[in-house]
Amino acid sequence: MTQFLIRRLLWAVFLFIAVTMITYVLFFIVPVDPARQAAGKSATAEDVARISHQLKLDRPIYVQYAYFLKRLIVDRSLGESFANRREVNEMVAEAIPATTGLVLGGAILWMLIALPIGIVSALKPRSLIDRSSMIFVLIGISLPVVWIGVLLQYFIGFRWGLLPNAGYCDLVNPYEGATCGGPWDWFTHMILPWITFAILFAANYARMIRSNMMDTLGEDYVRTARAKGAPEPTVIRRHVMRNALLPIVTMLGLDIGIALGGAVFTESIFGLPGLGKLAVNSFENFDLPTLQGVVVFATLAIIVFNLIVDVLYAVIDPRIRLS
Amino acid sequence: MTIAPHASTASSAASSDAPLLDVRDLRTYFKTEDGIVKAVDGVSFSVEAGKTLGVVGESGCGKSVTMLSILGLNTKAAWLDTTGSDDPGREMEAFLRGTKKHLSVSTGHASMRGEDLFQMTSHRLRDVRGSEIAMIFQDPMTSLNPVLSVGDQLSEAVLLHRNVSKNEARDRAIAGLIEVGIPRAENRIDDYPHQFSGGMRQRVMIAMALINEPDILVADEPTTALDVTTQAQILRLIKELQEKRGTAVVMITHDLGVVAEVADDVVVMYAARIAEAAEVHELFGRPLHPYTWGLLGSLPRVDLEVERLTQIGGQPPSLLNPPRGCRFNPRCAWALDRCHVELPRETANEFNPSHLDACLLTEEQKLAESARITEMLGTRGNVS
Repeated sequence: MTQFLIRRLLWAVFLFIAVTMITYVLFFIVPVDPARQAAGKSATAEDVARISHQLKLDRPIYVQYAYFLKRLIVDRSLGESFANRREVNEMVAEAIPATTGLVLGGAILWMLIALPIGIVSALKPRSLIDRSSMIFVLIGISLPVVWIGVLLQYFIGFRWGLLPNAGYCDLVNPYEGATCGGPWDWFTHMILPWITFAILFAANYARMIRSNMMDTLGEDYVRTARAKGAPEPTVIRRHVMRNALLPIVTMLGLDIGIALGGAVFTESIFGLPGLGKLAVNSFENFDLPTLQGVVVFATLAIIVFNLIVDVLYAVIDPRIRLS
Repeated sequence: MTIAPHASTASSAASSDAPLLDVRDLRTYFKTEDGIVKAVDGVSFSVEAGKTLGVVGESGCGKSVTMLSILGLNTKAAWLDTTGSDDPGREMEAFLRGTKKHLSVSTGHASMRGEDLFQMTSHRLRDVRGSEIAMIFQDPMTSLNPVLSVGDQLSEAVLLHRNVSKNEARDRAIAGLIEVGIPRAENRIDDYPHQFSGGMRQRVMIAMALINEPDILVADEPTTALDVTTQAQILRLIKELQEKRGTAVVMITHDLGVVAEVADDVVVMYAARIAEAAEVHELFGRPLHPYTWGLLGSLPRVDLEVERLTQIGGQPPSLLNPPRGCRFNPRCAWALDRCHVELPRETANEFNPSHLDACLLTEEQKLAESARITEMLGTRGNVS
């Protein structure tokens, strides 16, 4: 177990360096001068040069990267934003609740949709319910998230006025002067984003659960269970589902880890102040430290969830041993 | 050849005149993408208490499906009453074409101590499965659930049929493992299937099948996936437990050597039908069907000097479109004209009414060829 964790941690460090380094390189390939952006429209050439020096943009990339690493490790700081000079740590921390709420709520929703659909269609293949579910799956997979979001906004939010169109309310401690806040406001404002975010995943998961269930139904040990005289519900629950849902747990962990890096489309459509939105904004402003901050958080989320999945898998699947 | 002592240890429940398990004119068809597969097409046999019935045949001849059908274990299975119909096969095909719910259909009769297995409620049938008729399967590597400990799986079998506490079920599971020779059973009860070797897993399967003391153990090629030394151990184990408890065994196998080792009676199946059925000494001493001759001729023997094993030419027929007439005719060196048109039925022989064969050759021809083959194999003297 210890050995496994050490190996995983070394791998995590390597992954972290690789990802942040690539972000740096990609950023400097874009033919725009961040100093020019930060200096404003009326800035003179001297102003730009001064700002460039101030932001250390006149140094070689590897020196800048070394500064970034030093700041991160020694000061535990992601630096200051190029655009508004705020602490990136603070900006990322502010963006985390919206994204976490969206992703975790969305994950619950997509599993609530996918589990019954997948299980029922696997048990009754080619039935009416199976065929309609698979049509839903096909639609869910094919529809662009943006389009679903805009459609929901237009009909449910604007035309019928059932739910708020967009915007975000803090779940707890709304900031001073906020127009809304508290659990109920938070919940109603999140419903449409959750649906938008969950549909693609729900469709994918339903399809995956269905095919895993169908594969497992053909396993020899399922026949053994029936030959023992187990009633069908017991066979399905104890012998089929336990095995068929194992890979789903892995997928779920990995997908949540990835999504925490920012559900860019959903957040942009509904104006949620999450990490995806922050990443898009900082890219528009060529704000490298902020963008790097989001990347750092996303990488950590993926690494942590990968680790959780590995450990969890070893707990639920007796065939996997950590050593 | 060793033969088990006969029904002396049979359970008292089976003392009535009705055979323990009686199967009459069983047919099972499957719907597949290529058409309707007639996997079992008119099979009759019976199993007596405490005895071993060997069911032999090539892969795909319907021997496993026969036993699975009896327990209703085929995928999406239905049973159709075709009593009084002169062509049950046609009715079954029509049924399969007309149904969306079912992928397989069986007709015929199967009764356990006079109780019809096909007319049972699903609840009663579940009682029979695992408690009165238990099964072990070919591949012990895939027949146990990988995420449940063997203790859980054995206890489950007990709890499904016996009204006992979980602790009691666990104690029985340990006792069962000890009985099949798992070393340190009380330590291994919480291990998972992947922590056991193939032979040990098959022992676990046997323990699980016998834990509720069934009247019949159906062993579906229990040694095929195991290496040779383990095969012998498993066969010996089944035999020992059978003698101890008086369980009847249906040994499905493609290996005549296994049959010679364990069976009291033998059914030889070919292309979904029975080719020959006889008591084991009778079958080896006086085989009457050309297919049995082929099987015997292809059995490797260390004590005989043969240049080359004989083989049965050609391929087993497709069960989508079985050949007209006798199903063995395309591969039979003795085939007569009428073998190409007439489907032979199993008929009893004058000299031994319990010896059935489905062959249209004359009795003289069969006896002459049988004598020649048994002479060659040295099994002739075995006829009692």
